[in-house]
Amino acid sequence: MNFDDTPAEAAFRAEARAWISANAPRQYEDDLRASPFGRVVLKNADIIAASKDWQRKKADAGWACLHWPKEYGGRGATPIERVIWSQEEGLYGKLSSLFIIGHGMCGPTMMAYASEAHKKTRLPPLASGQEIWCQLFSEPASGSDLAGLRTRAEKSGDDWIVNGQKVWTSGAHHSDWAILITRTDPDVPKHKGLTMFFLNMKSPGIDIRPIKQSNGQAEFNEVYFNDVRIPDHQRLGKVGDGWNVSLTTLMNERLSIGASMPTGFPELFDLFARLTIDGRPAIERSDVRAKLANWAIRANGLKYTSYRSISALSRGEMPGPENSIGKLVAGATMQDIATFAADMQGPTGAMKKSEGVDEAGLFQAMLMRSIATRIEGGTDEILRNIIAERVLALPADVRVDKDVPFNRIPTRGR
Amino acid sequence: MNFDFSDEQKQLRDEARRFLDENCTTKEVRAILEGKDVYDRKLWKGLADLGLLGIAIPEEFGGAGAGRLELCIVAEEIGRALAPVPYSSTVYLASEILLRAGTDAQKKEWLPKIAKGEAIGALAFVEGPGNPTPGGMKASVSGGKLSGRKTLVADGGVADFAIVAARAGSGENTLSLYLVDLKGAGVTRANVETVDPTRNHAEITFANAPAALVGNEGEGWTLLTQALDRAAVLVAFEQIGGADRALYMARDYALDRMAFGRQIGSFQAIKHILADMYVSATLARSNAYYGAWALSTDAGELAEAAANARVSATQAFQLCAKQNNQVHGGMGFTWEADCHLFYRRSNLLALTLGSLSWWEDALIERMRKRNAA
Repeated sequence: MNFDDTPAEAAFRAEARAWISANAPRQYEDDLRASPFGRVVLKNADIIAASKDWQRKKADAGWACLHWPKEYGGRGATPIERVIWSQEEGLYGKLSSLFIIGHGMCGPTMMAYASEAHKKTRLPPLASGQEIWCQLFSEPASGSDLAGLRTRAEKSGDDWIVNGQKVWTSGAHHSDWAILITRTDPDVPKHKGLTMFFLNMKSPGIDIRPIKQSNGQAEFNEVYFNDVRIPDHQRLGKVGDGWNVSLTTLMNERLSIGASMPTGFPELFDLFARLTIDGRPAIERSDVRAKLANWAIRANGLKYTSYRSISALSRGEMPGPENSIGKLVAGATMQDIATFAADMQGPTGAMKKSEGVDEAGLFQAMLMRSIATRIEGGTDEILRNIIAERVLALPADVRVDKDVPFNRIPTRGR
Repeated sequence: MNFDFSDEQKQLRDEARRFLDENCTTKEVRAILEGKDVYDRKLWKGLADLGLLGIAIPEEFGGAGAGRLELCIVAEEIGRALAPVPYSSTVYLASEILLRAGTDAQKKEWLPKIAKGEAIGALAFVEGPGNPTPGGMKASVSGGKLSGRKTLVADGGVADFAIVAARAGSGENTLSLYLVDLKGAGVTRANVETVDPTRNHAEITFANAPAALVGNEGEGWTLLTQALDRAAVLVAFEQIGGADRALYMARDYALDRMAFGRQIGSFQAIKHILADMYVSATLARSNAYYGAWALSTDAGELAEAAANARVSATQAFQLCAKQNNQVHGGMGFTWEADCHLFYRRSNLLALTLGSLSWWEDALIERMRKRNAA
């Protein structure tokens, strides 16, 4: 048991560190450091342009999408090398959030299902950040029940005509390309009538509308399809096999491990070490300590769990559904921490800017954003189901709509 | 990074598990619960024969000379089996204290006997309600004779010797550790009843019992807290072993039990209980591994890592044990079902090295010191 790199890992780390040290965009360092949570805001630069520049620079030197094959714009690196890279990239990794969905989910799905010609054309600009991708999955009537989606694709000659609506699409407004899951056959049970495509987001008939979120920001969009044409050669997988294709995408989401999710704990600890209540630091109160300890073991537990996952990667093992615990623990912990950070300030905890509490706004941002953390990419409840069914091998839920043709499934509760 | 046990260590785990599966079923645990004896002597002999009592004792004192990581591995299996033997008191506490602070003569006298299963040791540090404090102990030593009363001494009723915290004087730094032969003069003991009768606990009264200093005079509080920290990591492994078994016992029941025409494990209400048990047990395991690393390397982070492992493992075992009862429904409240064995042990282990709130406080205090440094 040790925290040392193998000689090969150490050599890789040294090479990565040297390159980053020589090439990182240091002009953004302070802005990136000041964005410990949520959106990155650059004072004197456009975040999209800055992100694309850094990604292009990395791609030119062979540091983009490290685990992808070289011919598609990657480096052919091992999973552990990818983790080492992200540790070394550190702060500058925040400039990659624009590409997370494209690199983490769309790219691997394209690699598994697109034609060789499409892979050669589409993947290198995705890797180098010159093209941004989004994932058109969730719909107003199908969130956790993704397979209940209703966006229709109907065959017309060599094309498909798409009509319907997607929702909660991150980054659709910046995106050039997308993967899209549609219903191609409503007469068969829901999982069997789905088909996956990729498409140009500038296609005629696509209407993108940002969603104003309850925290006031707009990271997500509604995307409407009005007779949008997709050529059949942009189909991913067989007609009717879209559910299995989407599982490839979702499995790849889990590979993005190596860094533990933020919980807000270090920020809370720092605040309470300094915040004085009734003449003494908050951290000296035993009720505060009991709560801090409870969050400390979760934050530490996530960190050491990620070390165990990295060790398994280093041995060549693939991460599995057990990695679902990261977001499940981090989301709820952050919400509790943000609530308690306000509570300890007394009534002024309600204020965004509070005397002596520079972090007040940060904890309010956590409070408002953690609502979404507990829902996006699998709700707390879906993650518990995944742990129960895929890790603990409990039986799947009884599904009343499983063998019913999709168009006979009831759509209204009352 | 290799944040895992080695193949050899995993082999040791498999051997220990196989031995305990065969020799320590819940039938053996229940024999002690129901008072047929105070500990399982046959199992104790078997552990000695396998070399597991002296696994971390150097060869020169009759042990196997393995490290603390190996000891963590064995601790997890002892916890998983709910082994009704004086392992934690003898191995994590008495033997570890002698190794770190004992004189050469003390080591030569007791460690080979421990390794052979011929001597049981204990640590006596509790005198009454409340968690230990340096100023709170009244037991005293004068002219090499110890007097006072200790209670809740784990395995105190069966131990051959005890390490006893006592003071020689009334000042702040007068607490020291002493070794007392419990079969010698001036010692009377009576077993006490606890939440978990599968482990022996006793009250010991010392009346001018001959006592030999362990470590330096006045170092008692430091040695005691260091010993509790080290034992906290090892007990955390017992706790994650117990938590893991309680989790899978509940899982298996959820697969077998039918209600409303389906396996109860197909209900989300049950699944989510089990998923939360898994999450807690997984976090506790990762925290325990970090504690194991700190213990085995004597890292500067040990005190913090130990408190972190302790708090996490205590929570996980208590959660898994109580929810194992819940998943079993009414069956879980019967004497016949094994649920209460885990519930009892989880609640005992949550207290005996100092209670959860004490360790929570220690964790935050230690984190604060590190951050301030």
